[in-house]
Amino acid sequence: MKKLLKNKEGLIEIGFRLNGTEIKTSVKPNETLLELIRRLGYKGTKKGCDTGDCGSCTIIIDGIAKVSCLLPAFYAEGKEIITIEGLGDVSNPHPIQKAYADSGAVQCGFCIPGMIMTTKFLLDRKPKPSDSDIKHALDGNLCRCTGYVKQIEAVKIAASKINKK
Amino acid sequence: MSENNFKVVNKRLEKIDSLSLACGKPMFCDDIDIKNMLYGKIMFSPYPHAIIKNIDVSKALKVKGVKAVVTYKDVPRIPHTTAGQGYPEPSSYDTYMLDKKVRYVGDRVCAVAAETLEACEEAISKIEIDWEVLEAVFDPFKAMEGKIIIHDEDDSKNIPDAKHNIAAKVPDLVMLKNSEPFSEAEYVVENTYEIPYLQHCAIEPHTTITYLDDYDRLIIRSSTQVPFHVRRIVAQTLNIPLKKIRVIKPRIGGGFGSKQEILLEDICSFLTLKTKRPVKIEYTRKDVFVSSRTRHPAVTKLKTGVKKDGTITDMELDVTLNTGAYGSHALTVLMCSGSHTLPMYKVKNNLKFSGRSVYTNLPVAGAYRGYGATQAFFALESQMDIMAEKIGMDPVEFRKRNYIKLGESSPVFKAMGEGREGVDQSITSIGLMEAIDRGLKEIKWYEKKERYYRLNQKSEVKYGLGMACMMQGSGIAEIDMASATIKMNEDGSFNLLIGATDLGTGSDTILAQIAAETLGVELNDIIVYSSDTDITPFDVGAYASSTTFVSGGAVKKAAGYVRDMIIEDASKILKEPKENLKVESKYVVSKTGKKVSFKEIANTAFYYHDQHQIIASASHYGRTSPPPFAAHFAEVSVNTRTGVVDIINYVACVDCGTAINPTLAEGQNDGAVVNGIGHTLSESFEISQNGTVLNANFRRYKILSTKDISEIKSIIIPTYEPEGPYGAKSVSEIGINGPLPAIANAIYDAVKIRLFKAPFTPDKVLKALKDSK
Repeated sequence: MKKLLKNKEGLIEIGFRLNGTEIKTSVKPNETLLELIRRLGYKGTKKGCDTGDCGSCTIIIDGIAKVSCLLPAFYAEGKEIITIEGLGDVSNPHPIQKAYADSGAVQCGFCIPGMIMTTKFLLDRKPKPSDSDIKHALDGNLCRCTGYVKQIEAVKIAASKINKK
Repeated sequence: MSENNFKVVNKRLEKIDSLSLACGKPMFCDDIDIKNMLYGKIMFSPYPHAIIKNIDVSKALKVKGVKAVVTYKDVPRIPHTTAGQGYPEPSSYDTYMLDKKVRYVGDRVCAVAAETLEACEEAISKIEIDWEVLEAVFDPFKAMEGKIIIHDEDDSKNIPDAKHNIAAKVPDLVMLKNSEPFSEAEYVVENTYEIPYLQHCAIEPHTTITYLDDYDRLIIRSSTQVPFHVRRIVAQTLNIPLKKIRVIKPRIGGGFGSKQEILLEDICSFLTLKTKRPVKIEYTRKDVFVSSRTRHPAVTKLKTGVKKDGTITDMELDVTLNTGAYGSHALTVLMCSGSHTLPMYKVKNNLKFSGRSVYTNLPVAGAYRGYGATQAFFALESQMDIMAEKIGMDPVEFRKRNYIKLGESSPVFKAMGEGREGVDQSITSIGLMEAIDRGLKEIKWYEKKERYYRLNQKSEVKYGLGMACMMQGSGIAEIDMASATIKMNEDGSFNLLIGATDLGTGSDTILAQIAAETLGVELNDIIVYSSDTDITPFDVGAYASSTTFVSGGAVKKAAGYVRDMIIEDASKILKEPKENLKVESKYVVSKTGKKVSFKEIANTAFYYHDQHQIIASASHYGRTSPPPFAAHFAEVSVNTRTGVVDIINYVACVDCGTAINPTLAEGQNDGAVVNGIGHTLSESFEISQNGTVLNANFRRYKILSTKDISEIKSIIIPTYEPEGPYGAKSVSEIGINGPLPAIANAIYDAVKIRLFKAPFTPDKVLKALKDSK
């Protein structure tokens, strides 16, 4: 990792890939990665607690799901970051997004982007997860609407769809 | 009409916003970037009870980027309630935008607007206050002694007894008196049940953005369940004309009652009017816990008389609610603790309710899914099991014998409304017998009871089964009103404009299903726009389990009017009498076989003949509030060494009439049940000796996550409610009332200890086990 330096305004210049696009920006030393991502216009990543407890701000950094509210923005330097917007869109949704929508797993939808990113990370590692695998993986993503019942179903549906491909 | 005749209603259709939400579209309050926007921040009180003797904001104003600091000296002093209820609100006017006195740790002191959040925080740190700290009271029973008076201001309104800190009271309300109380009872059972401070924990924190439009009108974009009440109450508290305000509700990230409250909209609007700049205030998670709203902590005394043959002779319910520093929803939650529970079972001789909501120097309670019924069903359904055991009757049979049946009424309906007298009604649909039988079968009640009885003799971990029955309402009869407008477009699609507020429940979807069913089109032919006070017609908002029943009624009526207009136009085009015509799959078809498409009808109306817009509006209010019913079954294990209670299986059968969308109805039930299991096993505020909430975060206030839940099964028991749109009743709240008593009963079944204080944490279970030896 290259050494990061503050510029004259006290900002840190960083570069990283966000959903496949090269980003060059400067960040404040105390800015969180969550704040940076939202500032760049990617509003799908949500702030539910800002203390790393709810999982709504989960993104994938170099292939690993992480909560972005606990990371400094400059952590992004040189990384490959995927947010919910990078998975798919309404006209061409990722099978996980489609499965969540189809199975009634989305109520208010605020926790859903984070939960989908965690699901992506799980299915990348374990294409055929057991119930226990799913529950352990999603444990850090809080939802108050659904009782998790239909979300666990959604992960199973998504897994079988991805595996059929 | 049976469910087989429906084409769109009662179908498992995808929620219309779910894919966009799953793709992370910027749909929530905070997801827009407004140029030139300031950040707002509220300074909260560090003391539970104190007077601001002097406040100096001069240093705060000098902080770079600070644009406004407002204290009680700067804002109008207008007593009001923050409760987002219909007018006139049944809650006391005991709140001020900012006050000289603070009444709990977390109360508003002043507010700041600045270019950055950091500047707001720095400014708050530089505000100098000379405090006169007053003695505080945290226990509602001590508060009633009146040694410390929390609301001693002379301009508050409708506080029934401020000198004894009584925010609301229901004196002895005798609803049935056929004999000397308890004279015929063979057993008298009296117990006290307690529920602590509980928080809604909607994952989206409360957020409001205010700005002035090009005509200098105030636009309030807010995460609210009650946009029309926000408009009215902000106009009241800021003393500005209602017509100068527009409230827009974007998607909101859950509410559960915590957003049925004017919490940020007034102060944020004030900052915008002062600075002429857009302002955003967003609660932190800690703010949500401490300074939004909670469930009313309750001490519920229930005294019942029963005979050996299973007759319930007497029932006296006495409820003491802690409303915290302000009386938001204090009267109505209190009354619903009786009105939603006491009609459940037939009582032969005497039926009485009494209660009071008490001010303390603690966080403010308010509306929370279940709304009093959750507190009182814990008592009632625990006591049903206790009574059944006393008389040696199977608790299932005891309930089946006594619950209110089809066509029956209860004196409670007329005696107890929301803040006033209720409305007489009888039960017009009920599937409780089927719900109980289905649940027994699903959880394998009798076979497991037998197996566990043998298993429990020798193992350290003991197993048990428990059940509970419950009801709720469907809107507030003769109070809640909703309206809808539907207009037709050239391609045969329709705009549905509704004041109804989708807080994540899927109400936009089910209301569109009702419209589509009536108009003979598909769900995707209905374009929904909801909750904008400038554009959509009035609706009280999302509370009291009203949206499906009340707003659904308005949509069905409006769609019916539009259908009639379409048929009228078609009759002219086809030259056929109206009686021969009906709508079907975007056509008007005649008995004679002739047909004309919606597209042609709309185009004719727009451009060719007697030109007009096909459009109609309708309003609806419920004449009654038909209760949904439910039967819940819990299978638990209790580790007698560690005190840990695990839920192995939970079956929740609900009769919500016709489920307009069964998938979404199940989702409501699942969510309510898991929230209720959280209340039962882990949730509770820890409060310090000076009234500070110590666990105002998700790490220490434990709500359930995926690893904590086992098998949860929601089963919909179809019935047809004649008063509801396409037979529908409510479903959103009822499910939260079951877990506390069902699990308490299951724990008793497993280890023969009776728990009266929620939550049932391992320490309490262990203590009860030890005490029972």
